[in-house]
Amino acid sequence: MKLDSKIPAGPLAEKWTKHKFGIKLVNPANKRKYDIIVVGTGLAGGAAAASFAELGYNVKAFCFQDSPRRAHSIAAQGGINAAKNYPNDGDSIYRLFYDTIKGGDYRAREGNVHRLAEVSNNIIDQCAAQGVPFAREYGGTLANRSFGGALVSRTFYARGQTGQQLLLGAYSALSRQISKGKVKMYTRTEMLDVVMVDGKAQGIVTRNLITGKIESHSAHAVVLGTGGYSNVFYLSTNAMASNATAAWRAHRKGALFANPCYTQIHPTCIPAHGTHQSKLTLMSESLRNDGRVWVPRKPGDTRKPNDIPENERYYYLEEKYPTFGNLVPRDVASRNAKYVCDDGLGVGVTKRAVYLDFRDAIKRDSKRVVAERYGNLFDMYYRITDDDPYEVPMMIYPAPHYTMGGLWVDYNLMTNIPGLYAIGEANFSDHGANRLGASALMQGLADGYFVIPYTIGDYLTGTSYDIPSTDHPEFKKAENECKARLQKLIESKGTRTPDEIHIELGKVMMDKCGMSRNAEGLDYARKKIQELQHEFKTNLKVVGGTEELNVTLEKANRLADFLELAELMVVDARDREESCGGHFREEHQTDEGEARRDDENYTYAAAWEYNHKGADPILHKEDLIFENVKLTQRSYK
Amino acid sequence: MSAETRNYTLKVWRQSGSSAKGEIKTYEMKNVSVGASFLEMFDQLNEQLLANGEDPVAFDHDCREGICGMCSMYINGRPHGPDTGITTCQLHMRTFPDGETIYVEPWRAKPFPVIKDLTVDRGAFDRIIQAGGYVSVNTGNAQDANEILIPKAIADEAMDAAACIGCGACVAACKNASAMLFVSAKVSQLAVLPQGKSESSRRAQNMLAQMDSEGFGACTNTGACSSECPKEISLTHIARLNREYLRNRFTLNDVEEFQPIKKPDYLDFGV
Amino acid sequence: MSWLSTTLTSSIGRKIVMALTGLFLCTFLIVHLVGNFQLLAGDGGVKFNLYAKFMTTFPLVKALSYGLYAGFALHIIQGLMLIQSNKAARGANNYAYSKPEANSSWTSRSMGLLGMIILLFFVGHMAQFWGQMHFGTMPMVTIDGIEHKDLFKLVSEAFKQPLFVGLYVLSMVALGFHLWHGFQSAFQTLGLNHQKYSPFVEKAGYGFAVVVPIGYAIIPIIMFLS
Repeated sequence: MKLDSKIPAGPLAEKWTKHKFGIKLVNPANKRKYDIIVVGTGLAGGAAAASFAELGYNVKAFCFQDSPRRAHSIAAQGGINAAKNYPNDGDSIYRLFYDTIKGGDYRAREGNVHRLAEVSNNIIDQCAAQGVPFAREYGGTLANRSFGGALVSRTFYARGQTGQQLLLGAYSALSRQISKGKVKMYTRTEMLDVVMVDGKAQGIVTRNLITGKIESHSAHAVVLGTGGYSNVFYLSTNAMASNATAAWRAHRKGALFANPCYTQIHPTCIPAHGTHQSKLTLMSESLRNDGRVWVPRKPGDTRKPNDIPENERYYYLEEKYPTFGNLVPRDVASRNAKYVCDDGLGVGVTKRAVYLDFRDAIKRDSKRVVAERYGNLFDMYYRITDDDPYEVPMMIYPAPHYTMGGLWVDYNLMTNIPGLYAIGEANFSDHGANRLGASALMQGLADGYFVIPYTIGDYLTGTSYDIPSTDHPEFKKAENECKARLQKLIESKGTRTPDEIHIELGKVMMDKCGMSRNAEGLDYARKKIQELQHEFKTNLKVVGGTEELNVTLEKANRLADFLELAELMVVDARDREESCGGHFREEHQTDEGEARRDDENYTYAAAWEYNHKGADPILHKEDLIFENVKLTQRSYK
Repeated sequence: MSAETRNYTLKVWRQSGSSAKGEIKTYEMKNVSVGASFLEMFDQLNEQLLANGEDPVAFDHDCREGICGMCSMYINGRPHGPDTGITTCQLHMRTFPDGETIYVEPWRAKPFPVIKDLTVDRGAFDRIIQAGGYVSVNTGNAQDANEILIPKAIADEAMDAAACIGCGACVAACKNASAMLFVSAKVSQLAVLPQGKSESSRRAQNMLAQMDSEGFGACTNTGACSSECPKEISLTHIARLNREYLRNRFTLNDVEEFQPIKKPDYLDFGV
Repeated sequence: MSWLSTTLTSSIGRKIVMALTGLFLCTFLIVHLVGNFQLLAGDGGVKFNLYAKFMTTFPLVKALSYGLYAGFALHIIQGLMLIQSNKAARGANNYAYSKPEANSSWTSRSMGLLGMIILLFFVGHMAQFWGQMHFGTMPMVTIDGIEHKDLFKLVSEAFKQPLFVGLYVLSMVALGFHLWHGFQSAFQTLGLNHQKYSPFVEKAGYGFAVVVPIGYAIIPIIMFLS
């Protein structure tokens, strides 16, 4: 299979403009003859559904939550980047492009990333016009802050709830279209499969989560905005029900899954408190500006942190990275936390945590100053842990929170299946091997508001107005497959609950395919995952029926796909014999313990094809071509 | 963080479906970690039920960090439990003394019918937003964001209102099951911002008409909504809604009435 | 329905009716109280009976009184309807265990109950004094050579009965609680909320809710004791 990214030729800055001009337009009067299905209504899906409807297309949108306002985009705290250069600090579209490419460790497409930087400014305008209450200066202009180590202040924010406000903006635009009858919004409805007719995506099969009813919906195109797959790790900062089923089902139908091993693990999260932990909560990494990270030098030290004298504290980041100290990038901070805990130096109940200590900052700057900077974060921490960070060190541990990998898409955001699109975190396109802070919201909205509304027209103009009815044999076949799949799950009368198996999967993934990976560990993980797949097939326990609200069944069905996806992640991680961004292979590091890329052999996106014969997945490589930036190796010593 | 555990007696509302008759059922919970969140305690209960082959308790939840607005339990007589300014997922078991009996019920309001156990249908909130909770701007038409100057105080006030997570605790707490705080938060956010002003006349009356048609009660200013709101949204927004409504009903040169939005057939799950 | 009736029957409209009639009735409470204080003039009821005559015969006052009856009627009927519809909004099942005292004051939640107590008092009060004055046979008294209905006698006899005085005082306590929430609530309902003025309205409301019912209650107590 030849992968064509369809990146337009020509100078970088003109690619998108030229491409837009080249796209065939759909006659306004004919737009109402096209139906589009949008699955997922977060930033990407919600924005896309609203924008399609404004253009005149008929939209059916689906979300498994009780309202599109609940999508997990809502939980993003920090902000959204844009190259507005309002603070006049030298920012530009090119600089945002460059930072994103570099931040992604040179594993993203130049063309896509430049387009992202270009439309970033439109996003801010659009959201402000919708009434998103961005933070303002006293004079009434928009406020900016620097975020995630960027050297310019380009992050726009709405208190600590930027994701919420942007999502509510998209939700309001969507609501407006629902009231106009241009969008049919199916809530509490989960997509179970993509339906292909004559090689094109023509619809989906869904399950109504309340009645359990299996239904089909046909359309001219299907757009997946279904988010990432961090929940493969069980414990992550993702919402409980975030899942990979839509993407994985598309993958099984032939869509390539690209770079599944690129996952981001955020260093400053509140650690697990015990075995019943359900998810992890992220705290802003700005905490590392003043907090000092340490563990006791003595393994198994049970003294209270404040009783441990200075010379018995191991400030491992400061010792290993004297220049950057506690401010090393996310992946370095996360990886080193894992190493010290692996060495038995971890603290807390589970021994999987390190201290983040503000004692010295309070001594230096006073409690008042520290409270001004981090008061709300300290309160949040206190509420969750019942420990007062002003008095005792915080405990932190890394947690998976974003997946850069996803369905392979071309410049038009279409997968290799005609008519099937993937947007937002669900695709792989813009962040390379590592995502910069405040870029996830940007990408979701860029795809939804400003890219796919144009690019989808290019496909639709070439299709017939007629679509197969849901009585078409392919739909019936897909429905029956879904029913059979659920039936099989419901008949599982083993002893292990879906959560038990999922927790076990998460442990393996976090341990062997998380912050740090090696060949041996990955081989072990693959074997272990296969065992878990077998366990799932033979010893799962599900109660209730299929035609009712059945949470256990939902979990089991999602887990089935996570178990397969996990294996592909491991295969991809094993195959990529280099370290880059969020993918750190212990075999490939510099003498200083830094990630070592292999640009000669691995400057490509790994797009995997599902192998229905049960054998290994098939790798397709899309070479990444860098015409504008020079690839460099980073160092934080 | 402590490994201390406690035991509880749970009295949980169980209702197998929307038309079924519900009842309070009692469950004994042993060894609940004090560091667990209230929902993690429910996870534990569900694993226990599942192990015994019983139907787990259906309850809404998702982000588990207090922002998605999905979780919705009426705990010991109060929405989101005894603490203030938090959602159920942010409530921790250390709040409850060892041996305590804890009542857990769904939101109770006619417009929020129970779907199953503790899960209710809050589609009415979506329809209220659809009735006018937006600024009518299409994608791609916006002027430069800095061309609309908004004083910080106004932006902050809008943000205070916009913080609403749509959980429905206000309705659950209100003795009249009124949705005024929810409606007013959106009306207020868009009424103070210049972007939303041009439509504010219609917005207030349409959203209120939708609220009334859904069957929510009227506001009697008890303040229960604001006290229980996880985002502590102020009653002043209700005053602004009243003001907007009054002004517009008596001055707007238009007598055409808004037709309330009906629940679409495809969302009619028999609840 | 016309736009006006749609407005006044919406949830906010109905509350606005309650607020406006409520505030209107507050002004009546003041006027009525001023009149009642004539009972304490110590002149054997001369001033009071003259005042009563004025209030029942002066054309402008008579005209205003119809507005007052309408105000009462609207406040009461609307109130009863609100109680009913607000109760219905809870749905078929109420909470098995509820702790409203944690989030709201008892007075604010009990406006219906307090209103009912006041309504009962009102009905009795109307039958005993107003009805008697207008339609019943009254004892007569001659003041300055003109015959007047002796309402003073009716009142002072009533205020000699401990049960009556007790009920009267109790009703005034209910009125006090009703006003404690109702006064400021009316301003909130009318959208009159302002960082600078609302604290003043609140305090004025509390003052009104204490002073006026005490003013009313003190009269029967004094007359009972004297």
